[in-house]
Amino acid sequence: MFDQYLARKYQTTQRPAPEANLIKEKTAIVGIGATEFSKNSGRSEMQMASEAILAAVEDAGLKIEDIDGLVKFAMDYTDEMHLVSTLGIPDLKYFAECGWGGGASCSTIAHAAAAVATGAANYVVCYRGMNERSGNRYGRVPGVERVMASPNDHYGYIMPYGLAVPPSWVAMFTTRYMHEYGATAEQLGWVSIVLRENACRNPKAIFYDKPATIDDYMASKMIAEPLRLFDCCVDTDGGCAIVVTTAERAKDLKQTPAIIMGATQGIAEQGEMMTSYYRPKISCLPESWYAGQELWHITGVTPKDIDVVQFYDAFTPLIPMQLEEYGFVELGEGCVYCDGGERIRPDGELPCNTSGGHLSEAYLHGMNLINEAVRQIRGTSTNQVQDVELSMVTGGLGVPTSALLLRR
Amino acid sequence: MKMTYVQGIPILRPYIDFDNEEFWKAHQEGKLVFQQCKNCGLTVHRPRPMCPRCLDTEPNWVESTGLGKIYSWTTFRYDRAAYPGIQVPYIVVLVDMVEGVRMLSNLEGVEPEDIEVGMPVEVFFDRVDDDLVLPKFKRRET
Repeated sequence: MFDQYLARKYQTTQRPAPEANLIKEKTAIVGIGATEFSKNSGRSEMQMASEAILAAVEDAGLKIEDIDGLVKFAMDYTDEMHLVSTLGIPDLKYFAECGWGGGASCSTIAHAAAAVATGAANYVVCYRGMNERSGNRYGRVPGVERVMASPNDHYGYIMPYGLAVPPSWVAMFTTRYMHEYGATAEQLGWVSIVLRENACRNPKAIFYDKPATIDDYMASKMIAEPLRLFDCCVDTDGGCAIVVTTAERAKDLKQTPAIIMGATQGIAEQGEMMTSYYRPKISCLPESWYAGQELWHITGVTPKDIDVVQFYDAFTPLIPMQLEEYGFVELGEGCVYCDGGERIRPDGELPCNTSGGHLSEAYLHGMNLINEAVRQIRGTSTNQVQDVELSMVTGGLGVPTSALLLRR
Repeated sequence: MKMTYVQGIPILRPYIDFDNEEFWKAHQEGKLVFQQCKNCGLTVHRPRPMCPRCLDTEPNWVESTGLGKIYSWTTFRYDRAAYPGIQVPYIVVLVDMVEGVRMLSNLEGVEPEDIEVGMPVEVFFDRVDDDLVLPKFKRRET
């Protein structure tokens, strides 16, 4: 299977035919909602999730009683039993859970769309509530006893050496990526700066009205070499939710629907949760290549057709690497593409992460990226791209991942 | 550069189970071992319950030469995003071993500015705690 990835030969003949896909064109995102994004919400994750769900349901023009499905993240502590009691959902018929941290973001839409397409439920909400800044911060070692007791066998091969936080896990891939392709710190810096520019025009963003320059990037403190502070996403408290139903029902609802062209998942051999270091090649994201190949296969769309994309951007190098894996550029060309920032700005060839992304709007495990992709379809982004027909989103990296393509 | 451990903060322990026990136990005797399939000869790391090539389940361990080359690395610079039990800066490396497997460890005795991909390294054993010996790497002359 990894040989298949290295040879870049996706075996579409083994896949179901695109026309057999029941999600494509038949399902839609009809509501989006979010809490404020902050460094200290002052309330529980359950409340954050509940507020976001209510906002999304209202945005869709629905009532909470209409909701009969919920899809949660595995790495989320607001379970459906408690939510049903909190929100007073009378008749939940469908509930599912998607794995692998932020890799679950677009997976939740795939599962929700499958539920409404098959008639298992009518209106499914995907959600994520997290106090990731004031509570359990991913950027900090969570505590010695907890990790020591972890049954995650792979932790045993990294933690004793102090490789204990996500920036360092991604740093290891980045060193190799920079070595193989001659990518520079400045090129990564432009990713950070363009997203900051976008956030400066988005009043909901944590970094709204807080401009930064490439010099600020270079001067920001080194966290785990070669990654600086400005290469890392912003730990956030917040909640996001998304309502999915059929394209048919969407016609009678309040908002312009974002029609789901495809929602796919990808997994690859020899993987490990964010530390897939034992593969023949680590300057890459094979999971994303698989999710992308399946997405292009199902939708019949090609990268050059995409109008705007929200790449999962927990760290800057992940954007150039995804540009490569999803086929927007050749292998090794992602960093050159981002250099100077022109191509990825809202008026560029491929506008990226127009809300400011995880790096500068908020880190909501990919769900705020889906909200922004929907706004681009509706024409309501604070960095609106002209005449958007196709809006793409991707899920978390270094883990089994997912991707989503929406059309107007 | 030598790693400095902070007194009173235990180093995180590997999770030892049936599959990896031999790997970690060998360090106590100053040996680095890898799993090698008796049937087809494939050497793998990390340890696992069966050979991924021929699915043979008979465990077999062979001693490593301890020699390898740096494949990638990161240097921890910021103490609040590092393991609190180790003083920054410290270096984590991926090493491609001559046996054809890759392993993760620390590099000592080399300044971060001097590391490069392909640098030849060799294993040494560091007793970091009463019950924990870790295989680590230092530069070797070719």
